[in-house]
Amino acid sequence: MPLVFAGVCSHAPGITGRAHLAEDVAEKRDVFYDSLHRMREAMEEKDPEALIVVGAEHFANFFFDNMPAYCIGMADFYEGPIEDEEWLAIRRTRIPGAPDISRRLITEVMNDCDVAYAQEWKFDHGIAVPLHFLTPRYDLPVIPVNINCQEPPLTPLHRVWAFGKALRKACDAMPERVALVGTGGISHWPCTPDSGTINEAFDRDFLIKFVNNRKDELLAYTDEEVYRDAGHGGFEIRTFISIAAATEGATGNLWFYAPIPIFAVGCTVATMTVQ
Amino acid sequence: MTIEFRSWGLRDVSLYYVQKLIYQLNRDMRVRERFGTDREALLKEYELTQEELEAIRTPDIGKLFVLGVNGQLLMHYAALHRYPWANYIQAMRDGVTKYGKVREGLYTMLEK
Repeated sequence: MPLVFAGVCSHAPGITGRAHLAEDVAEKRDVFYDSLHRMREAMEEKDPEALIVVGAEHFANFFFDNMPAYCIGMADFYEGPIEDEEWLAIRRTRIPGAPDISRRLITEVMNDCDVAYAQEWKFDHGIAVPLHFLTPRYDLPVIPVNINCQEPPLTPLHRVWAFGKALRKACDAMPERVALVGTGGISHWPCTPDSGTINEAFDRDFLIKFVNNRKDELLAYTDEEVYRDAGHGGFEIRTFISIAAATEGATGNLWFYAPIPIFAVGCTVATMTVQ
Repeated sequence: MTIEFRSWGLRDVSLYYVQKLIYQLNRDMRVRERFGTDREALLKEYELTQEELEAIRTPDIGKLFVLGVNGQLLMHYAALHRYPWANYIQAMRDGVTKYGKVREGLYTMLEK
């Protein structure tokens, strides 16, 4: 069986860590949580044997001494979250990996893209928050994938597209049923004095392009434009674009979008049809 | 040695090293323990400017932000010092008010 599920969701630490500060938008917050739970149910219906999470980690594993543009995990297990448990409101735990699937995935992807691999990986909120909702029992093997979205030089979007296509090709070459989730923010200015600022118009325009899988429009963004209009956090559109590439030719459904400033991001849940 | 290195004009600031210190504090419990018990010896292992050393010791979150430390690192250094989220945001705002615009790093991208 090839790829059986594809989707995207937000991962901002405030989603779990500052839930108690969102009481004034509790209804919106809870509908967002319900959408994430619904995403879990939709994924579980496909009975995946492993979940690939394409994230944008934030200096938990990779630093400026050796920053890979792309990295895929190949570990027996992972640990996370790296953050203070109370701060993130997620208990630290060990998450099972799928090293055999990882090895085949990486080997196949390398036919088309150069990637780093890692047999040790500590999850930060970028993966820990999505897993908190999508695999709350931590019983589904996970394969983390990272695209450097933190500081330039960044991999260009057309290379992200090639990477997403390579991921799909590798998934389709496997006998196992694999789910694929991209996780990042659209416009946001995380961890700065502008935290909480969200360019809703930019986000909605991007999401129209994403769910309709308009490759040319998705690849037309420049980093300068994104930085200006969507902040440095907007560089994480790379994670979403990799999922669009992995489902090229298909369209998707936006299940939830709403700016929630205390979470510092336009909270998003969407799925793409897997053809 | 650090001063000589800079006097050659090879590097004006050590933003890389102050970020590396915070990166390692975030992910390595042994580094974090040494930060608590043997701080000065630990800090000598990084090529930090006097301004960075003072900002780390204080801690002066606003100064570190102005020096260019990436917020994805800085927020954890603030959390290590038990800054509530709102205080962390305010500390960066106060830093800009007190020390001026961010000088280096990601947040100066459009100015370069």
